[in-house]
Amino acid sequence: MKKFTIAASFVAASFAMAMPAQAWQPTKPIEFVVASGPGGGTDNFARIIQSIITKHKLVEQPIVVLNKGGGSGAEAFIYGKGGKGDAHKVVFGTNNAYLLPYVAKLGYKFSDLTPVAALALDEFLIWVNGNSPYNDAKAYIDAVKAKPGSFKMAGSQSKDTDQTLTAMIQDATGAKWIYVPFQGGGAAATQLAGGHVDSNTNNPNENIGQWKAGQVKPLCVFSPVRLAKGEPVHNGKGWGDIPTCKEAGLPLESFQMPRTVWLPAEVPADAVGFYADVMEKVSKTPEWAEFVARTAQTARFMKGKELTDFVAKDEAANAKVFKDEGWVVN
Amino acid sequence: MENFASLLHGFEVALTAHHIALMMAGVLLGILVGVLPGLGAPNGVSLMLPLTFTMDPVSAIILLTSLYWGALFGGSTTSVLFNIPGEPSSVATTFDGHPMAKQGRAAEALSFAFLSAGFGAMAGVILITLLSGWVARFALKFSSPEYFAVYFMTFASFVGLGGASPFKTIVSMAMGFAFATIGMDSVSGNVRLTYEFDVLLAGVSFLIAVIGLFGLGELLQTMEEGLRFDGVKAKVRPRDVLLTALKLPRYWFALLRSSIIGIWMGITPGGPTAASFMSYAMAKRSSRNPEKFGKGEPEGVISPETADHAAGSAAMLPMLALGIPGSATAAVMMGGLMIWGLNPGPMLFVERPDFVWGLIASMYLGNVVAVIVVLATVPLFASILRIPFSIIGPAIVVVCFIGAYTVASKEFDIWLALAFGLVGYFFKKLDYPIAPLVLAMVIGDKAEDAFRQSMIFSQGSLSIFWSNPLVGSLMAIALALLLFPLLGSARRGIRKLTTARAAKA
Repeated sequence: MKKFTIAASFVAASFAMAMPAQAWQPTKPIEFVVASGPGGGTDNFARIIQSIITKHKLVEQPIVVLNKGGGSGAEAFIYGKGGKGDAHKVVFGTNNAYLLPYVAKLGYKFSDLTPVAALALDEFLIWVNGNSPYNDAKAYIDAVKAKPGSFKMAGSQSKDTDQTLTAMIQDATGAKWIYVPFQGGGAAATQLAGGHVDSNTNNPNENIGQWKAGQVKPLCVFSPVRLAKGEPVHNGKGWGDIPTCKEAGLPLESFQMPRTVWLPAEVPADAVGFYADVMEKVSKTPEWAEFVARTAQTARFMKGKELTDFVAKDEAANAKVFKDEGWVVN
Repeated sequence: MENFASLLHGFEVALTAHHIALMMAGVLLGILVGVLPGLGAPNGVSLMLPLTFTMDPVSAIILLTSLYWGALFGGSTTSVLFNIPGEPSSVATTFDGHPMAKQGRAAEALSFAFLSAGFGAMAGVILITLLSGWVARFALKFSSPEYFAVYFMTFASFVGLGGASPFKTIVSMAMGFAFATIGMDSVSGNVRLTYEFDVLLAGVSFLIAVIGLFGLGELLQTMEEGLRFDGVKAKVRPRDVLLTALKLPRYWFALLRSSIIGIWMGITPGGPTAASFMSYAMAKRSSRNPEKFGKGEPEGVISPETADHAAGSAAMLPMLALGIPGSATAAVMMGGLMIWGLNPGPMLFVERPDFVWGLIASMYLGNVVAVIVVLATVPLFASILRIPFSIIGPAIVVVCFIGAYTVASKEFDIWLALAFGLVGYFFKKLDYPIAPLVLAMVIGDKAEDAFRQSMIFSQGSLSIFWSNPLVGSLMAIALALLLFPLLGSARRGIRKLTTARAAKA
């Protein structure tokens, strides 16, 4: 009997030793640090993942969401930098994680973060007012070119994705807008619906309410392929009916924003694997598919080398615009 | 009439035992977070949000909005009792509410505050019921110049309000503007006034400023004056609540005027804080005895409270119909809508009438529930004043610091609150008004953004502020508000001169 106990405890001990080597597991509540204020796109992204993880019990430990949206999200990444080596702080962002340090003097570098995964690509479209005479992107761009500096493009704050895309379109087509920065995509949407500006480059989710009501209409989407079909939104037209900008004759094919997940620097490789695994499971749930469809994003799970390659390419493309526009601070 | 039928349907949705229980729970929790300075409605709502993931959207929004009403009511409690506003929108309530408490009329002040707040909220909800479609269309007419004109109107109504010297008011306001510029500037995309301190990146929250300037500043002063609260001998009788309720109809004009100001500021994006300040300013200006204001005049409690709540409930409309959150709390709730699978926007009314009208019906019921619950707590809260200062003082300090930390879970904010406490103390010693600083911090950066966006629109021409009848009339009203006090003093000056000349002759 005694022998058996010893054997049993030996087996148990060897298990206990083997466990951490096999897989990292969270040992205390996990913080989801969100690089936007409550209600922002990144906030929705993090909270929907939180709700899916909770519902399917993908993680044992409780999850707390912290909004650190200051400095256009830099606050969250700086918080991540401060949590060096702590794999219980998961930071949620977009491409701002690696682009912000270019355009503003901030207390973190991209190398202070460890890439974990990306779950979706958010799309950008050219939208005009519902009563606007332009029904395709080409006609609208030609009109802007004919009267340079009199059309107004609304977007979120300066030197962020919307203005970067506007600069790319200007560069590719020779058109020229007056760019008006607002507090966010929601304000840019109502300004366009009210006819105060001529166009915006909002994500689908930021303009869907106004499109449903016919107050705004999409001209083209900056995606290599058309968006998923989905249900009709307005007048029998749905996301899949919008031509890509390339189809519409614009010399600019793609502009997409990844929805990304990060850990602080110097965390165990197992922890990165653990979260990448959880995120992959999340990306396969029906709730996630429903969220992505409802917000008309493109579902695309990336981790490991695929992710770092994507980041490197996206960083290079954006950095070129920042240099041309003279936004680079360092 | 169509709206009326929908509303009845909404009541059917909202009037279930389950929903009423949620309302009670929400209101009670709301009062709790509202009473604690710093821990305001936005925190409360985001803490509760994960709990609603599994609820159906109607129950979820009822819980969250009830919490919001509760927090709005709770925010005025500490304004009256300790001169510490629980929410920025109840800063204006301190002006006369706290003097009333000092005179031993705490129960009366609280009852006035809650009853008029309930009145304002009802006015706001009735407006939403009757005019939802029209208001949503009207709000679309607003662009940056109109926004700026509304903010300018608020500032204009506040300058020259008397009390402190106009010079001191402007110094205080300018400091508020300076604090509001710290952090990321969305118009230029640059970081301002952070001196490369990471902690300043997110800016200085006006909640921290309110906690420090009012809460800690007040305590420092109380300590100097002898470690006690005046008005401790306040008698608290439950029938005071009833007696006050009977007095309320006397102030019908103030209630009506403040409701209109509140609703106006709620649907234009001025927000509850601006509404309460403006309503107080208008009450004082139009009063026959303005010298009573600031010394415990009931109208000085009724006016800001009515407007605060009218604006708070009217602000739900832009959120639902346009998808623009009118306040920080509304922003959190909008995040909730997304998670529950709803898209806020003009079509929400058409696509999910059960949700929208259930919500509107719950706003009627929730506010009634809230008024009853808070009135029942008046004797309880008012008797807090009888606790000796040596016990309650340290407790308030702890609550203030916890509140400061909870705003953004940052240790630095505790030090910042302490620094603001010292500023508040010296402001009081040197007779500088604190309210203009708070007002400028709350809407200063929005006003600045709106102004600079307007300048981008017009490519630098100020004529944009007269470019259409809407913005033109808003600016005209604002300028009139700004110049009237000057005209008044000029007229007095001239009269003095002429009488002096007449005397000589």
